[in-house]
Amino acid sequence: MTDLLEVAGVKKHFGGVTAVHDLSFTVRDGEILGVIGPNGAGKSTVFNVINGVYPPDEGRIVFKGQDITGEPAYRVARRGIARAHQIVQPLATMTVLENCTVGACFGRENLPLARAQEVVREAAEIVGLTDRLDQLAGQLTTAGKKRLELARALSAHPELLLLDEVLAGLNPTEIERMIAVIRRIRDRGIAILMIEHVMRAIMSLSDRIVVLNLGGKLAEGTPQSVARNPDVIAAYLGEAEPTPAGMVH
Amino acid sequence: MTAQESSPAVEVAAPRSKAREWFGAILRQPFICLIALVGVAFAILPLWDDNVQLRESLLLAAVYITLASNLNIVLGYAGYVNFGNIVFFGLGGYVCIYLVNEWQWPLAAAAVTAGISVSLLALVFGLGILRLRGAFFALATIGVNEAVKAFVANFEPWGGATGIYLSLDVYEPLGGPGQALWIVYFLIVAVMAASLFLSYAIKTSKFGLGLLAIGENEDAAAVLGVNTPRYKALAYSVSAFLPAIVGGLYFFKTGIIEPGGAFDLTRSIEAIVMVMLGGIGTVTGAALGAFFYEEVRGVLLTTEVFSHFQLVIAGLLLLVIVLFAPAGLMGFVYKRWPRMRRLLQ
Repeated sequence: MTDLLEVAGVKKHFGGVTAVHDLSFTVRDGEILGVIGPNGAGKSTVFNVINGVYPPDEGRIVFKGQDITGEPAYRVARRGIARAHQIVQPLATMTVLENCTVGACFGRENLPLARAQEVVREAAEIVGLTDRLDQLAGQLTTAGKKRLELARALSAHPELLLLDEVLAGLNPTEIERMIAVIRRIRDRGIAILMIEHVMRAIMSLSDRIVVLNLGGKLAEGTPQSVARNPDVIAAYLGEAEPTPAGMVH
Repeated sequence: MTAQESSPAVEVAAPRSKAREWFGAILRQPFICLIALVGVAFAILPLWDDNVQLRESLLLAAVYITLASNLNIVLGYAGYVNFGNIVFFGLGGYVCIYLVNEWQWPLAAAAVTAGISVSLLALVFGLGILRLRGAFFALATIGVNEAVKAFVANFEPWGGATGIYLSLDVYEPLGGPGQALWIVYFLIVAVMAASLFLSYAIKTSKFGLGLLAIGENEDAAAVLGVNTPRYKALAYSVSAFLPAIVGGLYFFKTGIIEPGGAFDLTRSIEAIVMVMLGGIGTVTGAALGAFFYEEVRGVLLTTEVFSHFQLVIAGLLLLVIVLFAPAGLMGFVYKRWPRMRRLLQ
């Protein structure tokens, strides 16, 4: 497997606070790489740096061999990196169909309007929103909005999908369904980089896991090896308040 | 607009082949036919019995429909409140009047030149001020209008604070003042129809989809791949073109242009009221809002009691809309008849 995305020596400060400190990892073609870590470990910041919401202070982001460090979000999207947000961002007074059409028309394939429909229906099919296409995005349930985030990202036909806590706020049944959806996406050859707090899910989905703590990389490896790593156990269950595995925050 | 209309053809289909197919596709789009009908009605009604009073009233309505429709591209689609939208109208008026009066250009050429030059200027301004969001953008647009007004008031080639008075000679190529007024009226109606068409074409295009996404959530739109800086600047620039032309035609008709009348901030605010009244983000709403507002104002201005209060009423109207009916007239229509959402964009 070759490297699809390389995060190399990324640092990001906000004022005096170091959010990410000298972080490096790679995402390989077609894999699911899980990112876990306690609150404030810098997970969402990494996502924001990768997809161009803001540039890193230091370090490089390399996608498919090209340096994309500091490119604005819309250009990163066009290159084939799509994102589902932790806090859902529906285009509320537009329909599900229109939301996904934006993804299809402005994503990697830059489709004309007339050719977007087909792509959107396919994406809606994968996440199970086919019967909601004409509904306004703002009227969807929380689970529905999470699916919309996924469908919209998929409509772009990305090569890399950033999933930021897409399971947060869902009930156990919905989580099961969403896990199946994520597997289906991976089976289509799309690499996935996902942040997740639902341990059961990320342990079963990920090919590899990167553990962040205090803005740096604490451990990296297969789910099994990470779960046995004493540093990881200390970070999660150590001196501070215990954070039970599987907790949804 | 009757119930007999069949369901509209899907707007996204844009055949690129022969002109005939293209024409056929237009005929299958009821909304475009509706725009054409409105344009023809505007043109014919005052001509029927040579009704100059009706013509003047419809002329103002057409001017305001043009202003409101183009404002709607930035305000309704992209979600940016352009308080200084009248600057396009005033500046277009100045460029056109100057070219006609000083350089003896034909009216049409002068008006189109005004449209193009003001659009280009708007593009430059837009790239600068569209970095701002929310209230800061709104304030900046007022700043642009006031700055241009102050500049023009001190710009001697354009007559400074006294402005430019057109000499009667300029009406000669159009067959004298009487006939010229009719010609200008038809031109303004044509610009109004073009504005409606432009609003509709943008709304049903990929460009419009990007703008609507920006209007909903600019950050999300950027993450989805919409080139937000370029789209916003383009929208701002495009929305300047037809108002500048209509400004040229309007001031050609009045025969005088001076800074106070050309860059009147009240008119800017009235245009916003019109868009809100009819339904923000809708082509039909912006037009209906402008028409009703203009007609109601016409009535108010001629009554003893209200003639001094028409702006008070505009303000109250805006307040009532924002508080109780933010979706305006079309919001009501869409709620009552959901199928209209497709037909009346």
